[in-house]
Amino acid sequence: MQTAAAPRWRQPSILPGFGLALGVTLTALSLVVLIPLAGLVLKAASIGPAEFLAIARAERTVAALRLSFGASFLAALVNAGFGMLIAWVLVRYRFPGRRMVDAAVDLPFAMPTAVAGIALAAIYAPNGWIGAPLDTLGLKVAYTPLGVVVALVFIGLPFVVRTVQPVLEEIEPEVEEAAALLGADRRRTIFTVILPSVFPALATGFVMAFARAVGEYGSVIFIAGNVPMVSEIAPLLIVIRLEQFDYAGAAVVGVLMLAASFVMILLLNLLHGGLRRRLGHV
Amino acid sequence: MSVAVRIEAVTKLFGPFPALRGVSLEVEPAELVALLGPSGSGKTTLLRVIAGLEEQNGGRVLFDDIESHRLSLRDRRIGFVFQHYALFRHMTVADNIAYGLKARPRRERPSSEAIRQRVGQLLDLVQLTGLEKRFPGQLSGGQRQRVALARALAIEPRVLLLDEPFGALDARVRKDLRQWLRDVHRRTGHTTLFVTHDQDEALELADRVAILNDGRIEQVGTPDDVYDKPATPFVCGFLGESNRIGVELAGGQAFLGDTPIFPATHNNGRGAADLFVRPQDVRMEPPGGQGLAGVVAAVRRHGAIRRAEVAVAGLARRLDVDLPSAIVPAIGETVGLKIVRATVFGPSA
Repeated sequence: MQTAAAPRWRQPSILPGFGLALGVTLTALSLVVLIPLAGLVLKAASIGPAEFLAIARAERTVAALRLSFGASFLAALVNAGFGMLIAWVLVRYRFPGRRMVDAAVDLPFAMPTAVAGIALAAIYAPNGWIGAPLDTLGLKVAYTPLGVVVALVFIGLPFVVRTVQPVLEEIEPEVEEAAALLGADRRRTIFTVILPSVFPALATGFVMAFARAVGEYGSVIFIAGNVPMVSEIAPLLIVIRLEQFDYAGAAVVGVLMLAASFVMILLLNLLHGGLRRRLGHV
Repeated sequence: MSVAVRIEAVTKLFGPFPALRGVSLEVEPAELVALLGPSGSGKTTLLRVIAGLEEQNGGRVLFDDIESHRLSLRDRRIGFVFQHYALFRHMTVADNIAYGLKARPRRERPSSEAIRQRVGQLLDLVQLTGLEKRFPGQLSGGQRQRVALARALAIEPRVLLLDEPFGALDARVRKDLRQWLRDVHRRTGHTTLFVTHDQDEALELADRVAILNDGRIEQVGTPDDVYDKPATPFVCGFLGESNRIGVELAGGQAFLGDTPIFPATHNNGRGAADLFVRPQDVRMEPPGGQGLAGVVAAVRRHGAIRRAEVAVAGLARRLDVDLPSAIVPAIGETVGLKIVRATVFGPSA
């Protein structure tokens, strides 16, 4: 990690600072992200490939990973729709209490996740405010995989709202007026003009909500019930392995999550990087 | 008698603030009319009321004698060109132009082959053939505005409305587009209203110019009419350059102090009046004559002509006087001034 630029690295601007900035960035990134992750991979590798595969293929591991990624994907999908709607309402309408709603969107960022988990569990439990009526309909939320999705929707919501909101604000009213004068009805305007313009932001929000959900631990464990093979998420499985002093086992699950997350986020970013370029912004 | 757009006593309030105070205007088929005025005069508001993007508080707008509020935005068939283009950024040029055709209800929608042909014709008309696959972000400002015009023309509009169409472009491109728009109008013959604050643009392009001020139409007429026979002091001061001289009228003469400076023969009123004199209508003469006299304070170049600023006793502002090339006054020289032509606004008989 040298700060001096090799000859083939073109100075990007006449303003100085590239070398220093890149050096600090790489150092910080190494200390905080790269070295700990490398340690994780080393730990997992220390047990040898045969054992690694055995842990990776264990039924309980596979079930936990499937639940973590499946529920996160579902929750991110729900957030994409729901968050888009909230952003729309906040940007387009002026109503009493708008600022309160706007502030409330950020609460999942700020609240201790355990508090959120306990609150959700209490409300969605079979005797809770929402859980009871749902129970009479035969729908169980708390202590099932559905409960996991509910918790992940909660913690991922602000990501979609906060990425879509500024883009919606930027859409000039003239564009919608132009569509209306050209004969498009409201529905057509929304689907052909508004949604395509916010799609890159929506995709970014989706990826962030998804990534956050995959790693979420605190709020989920209270509402999930944590039944192995049914409602046990991968981060919990890691903690369980640690409590059993099975450090290598924990590391293996960690590495699997790391690899899967990295690949999925990279794919999504590549996909919508292409979209962004086509639209001419960024 | 046919009138393409008839505006009757339209008023529009924004909160307590009146943006239009009873505007009436008739536009004939295939006419090109400019709405000219300073910012805040209500010209854009008027255009948006005609388009149906704002609802008037009073008065009526009629298209071919049909009351506009009976028509939906779609049925008004307004081609609208926005100052900042308002193109759909995520669509190609071709898709932008085809948008209005594709938005029609299924039974009125042309076949995709017909749409493709129409887009081709329009691209040809706006001289952008070959750029149909580009995105708006990859075009220059002038090209974007031409795409916006093609998109508006695609729906075969009843009326074409342009809101400061060249306002966001640099001077050179503006001039080119002006001629080009004139040409397109001649070939397509759409009834057209455009808003501008640029008087050169209005006078050069329009068949008729409507001058707005403070929510009212001050004067409507051909460019020659409004320039040579301004109906109000505002029009006189707004169009072209004028010296405004406060005078006393008496016996068909305009006096500055005791000096008779201009014969106002058609006006027999008495009392204070305003004399508007264009710089080219003042002649510089040797001093010692009957009329005005002053001291040359500065000589500057003003494009093709030279212009002198002459300080005249009794006037707070210096008079602008255009100079023929033969006359080269020295700074500080005393000169005589003869007003050849002027417009008088003041007490009428």
